[in-house]
Amino acid sequence: MPQSEVASFTVSHLQVVDEEGRVDAALEPALEPEQLLGIYRAMVRAREADQRMLKLQRQGRLGTFPPCTGQEAVSVGAAFAMGERDWMVPAYRELGGRLARGEPLDLTLTYYNGYEEGSHYPVERRILPTQVILGSQVPHAVGLAYAMRYQGEEDTAVVCFNGDGATSQGDFHEGLNFAGVWRAPVVFICQNNGWAISIPRSAQTGSATIAQKAIAYGFPGVQVDGNDVLAVYRATSEALARARAGEGPTLIEAVTYRLMMHTTADDPKKYRGSEEEERWWARDPIPRFRRYLEGKGLWDDDRQQALLDELKREVDEAVQRVEQMAVGRDGVKPDAPFDHVYGTENEEVAAQRAAFLDELKLEGTHG
Amino acid sequence: MARLNMVQAINLALRQEMEHDRSVLVMGEDVGRDGGVFRVTDGLVDAFGPERVIDTPLAESAIVGTAIGMAVAGLRPVAEMQFSGFSYLMLPQLEGNASRLRSRTQGRLGVPLVVRMPYGGGVRALEHHSESRETLYAHVPGVKVVIPSGPRNARALLVAAIRDPDPVVFMEPKHSYRAFREEVPDEEETLPIGEASVVREGTDLTVVSWGAMMRPTLEAVDTVAAARGVSVELIDLLTIAPMDATTVVESVRKTGRCVVVQEAPKTLGPASEIIARINERALLYLEAPVARVTLPDVVTPYFAREKLFLPTPGRIGRAMERTLDF
Repeated sequence: MPQSEVASFTVSHLQVVDEEGRVDAALEPALEPEQLLGIYRAMVRAREADQRMLKLQRQGRLGTFPPCTGQEAVSVGAAFAMGERDWMVPAYRELGGRLARGEPLDLTLTYYNGYEEGSHYPVERRILPTQVILGSQVPHAVGLAYAMRYQGEEDTAVVCFNGDGATSQGDFHEGLNFAGVWRAPVVFICQNNGWAISIPRSAQTGSATIAQKAIAYGFPGVQVDGNDVLAVYRATSEALARARAGEGPTLIEAVTYRLMMHTTADDPKKYRGSEEEERWWARDPIPRFRRYLEGKGLWDDDRQQALLDELKREVDEAVQRVEQMAVGRDGVKPDAPFDHVYGTENEEVAAQRAAFLDELKLEGTHG
Repeated sequence: MARLNMVQAINLALRQEMEHDRSVLVMGEDVGRDGGVFRVTDGLVDAFGPERVIDTPLAESAIVGTAIGMAVAGLRPVAEMQFSGFSYLMLPQLEGNASRLRSRTQGRLGVPLVVRMPYGGGVRALEHHSESRETLYAHVPGVKVVIPSGPRNARALLVAAIRDPDPVVFMEPKHSYRAFREEVPDEEETLPIGEASVVREGTDLTVVSWGAMMRPTLEAVDTVAAARGVSVELIDLLTIAPMDATTVVESVRKTGRCVVVQEAPKTLGPASEIIARINERALLYLEAPVARVTLPDVVTPYFAREKLFLPTPGRIGRAMERTLDF
């Protein structure tokens, strides 16, 4: 036969809990009540922190940051599927997952308040800092995964996040290609939130799905309802199992929606209508999962109020601590940016630091 | 002790570092079975296996990007860019990530990464194979840039680069790869990164250069010193960033005159920085303006004209004479 089919593929979409909170029993992960409650708490915690940060930013008390409201299910679902020894390589809209992995809220607030001290990352929890350069974290995740195998950590995998916009970047494609060649134990999770600032997903790529991009690199891609935390949990668990079994990488496209602005410097009214946002508010992952929990008898109004009170206290206290920070006070030294340029002593950096401190003395600031 | 060319000396450094530290890996395009297009990694895959000598897919950004991930995990990857002309594709990874991760984690993670790349002209190569762009890398805080000039210092500096806790761009003057041999000891030898070397001591004129330009510069120094009966101090910079300005400044305070020779284009090359440091720390010692011999600010000429454009012993010598006569 001069012509024959040499490749074909399908891409599946996974939903476990529908928008009314009804679960597909055949797909429902076997999670203990305390795990389910932990997932819910992590999503609400991210939402409360995010919304408080938005208020603080509007009051001029916090710098520019990228809100995560509406996307909590993706990183939280993934974080709960991950093991202690797995690495999380975030982009910058994974607040829920990062907090769930142990990133202190104080650190997040300090970083977005413009202090280098907010970079004192809990790397012992195997979480890399947030990534601003879109897609450039993807090869890092692949290299980390290679290193885990090389160092004999056979059960360790890496979970890497990026957005739909970053799927146009060379580093995304190069990273996926390396992962496919190396069969690296890595799970790529694309938070397809519909928009890369003002560019809709339809103008970002001609592909019908983002998941199918994995096929070209020799590994499976699956699409999940990214506002269904159990779907994300299930897909991530399966992908991690594949990675641990030496079967290589997986790309998960989590279809979600950025309910807020890209960053606080952005105004979505410029490029999208409120009807679209309203449709997605109706699919908010948090009330959906709450209905599921209520159906199981695990949640009610009293518990909700207690949780909100507790989280408000936590956020209040963190904000209070962070807002006390000021350059020159309590060991927050003005010359901190000189500290970690190099890992070795450097005469030039030392001379420039001394000159900088001399200028501050002359200016009478922080001297 | 054996007489080695620079290719063999670099190979020796890689081999010995891999022998005594399992965290050292070599990766890049054609570095395995082929031994690299210049044969710098020849035989390493046979000695250490394909898991440690990785023939990667063809993508410079991902080579450095994955190497960053390995370094985060505690490995010491040595990534090869096949030619420096292709290395600009990885500049975003170096600038955006490798240079900053130490600061971004407040010292909790470093990126002990070496990016090796052959650079420079004089080998009648194809377009994009002859540039000298050390400034692009040296301008990034957090990155170290090392340029050896001969087999022995190439070996010693590469060992130091591999053991260094920071990302090091290691630029190899391919014109010098096989041009000459030097005695290179079998036993371990390192040179400190960030220290220039005084190759000839002198009192009348300081000449500063690095990399492939050290050869024509040395020739010019010998010629002018003999012809004029003057004493010339020659400094091999060896590290571009962080720059050892002190060695240069102390020399100029002694001689009062200085010529800087660089293969890179004139504007904002390392010579500009050297002159700025002399201005800051030795201005009143100067008897003449500091002169520069450089490539003009042109797209690197194709090989039919490259010898016309690169600094020659004659051109360097005339700059020295003008500086002496000022």
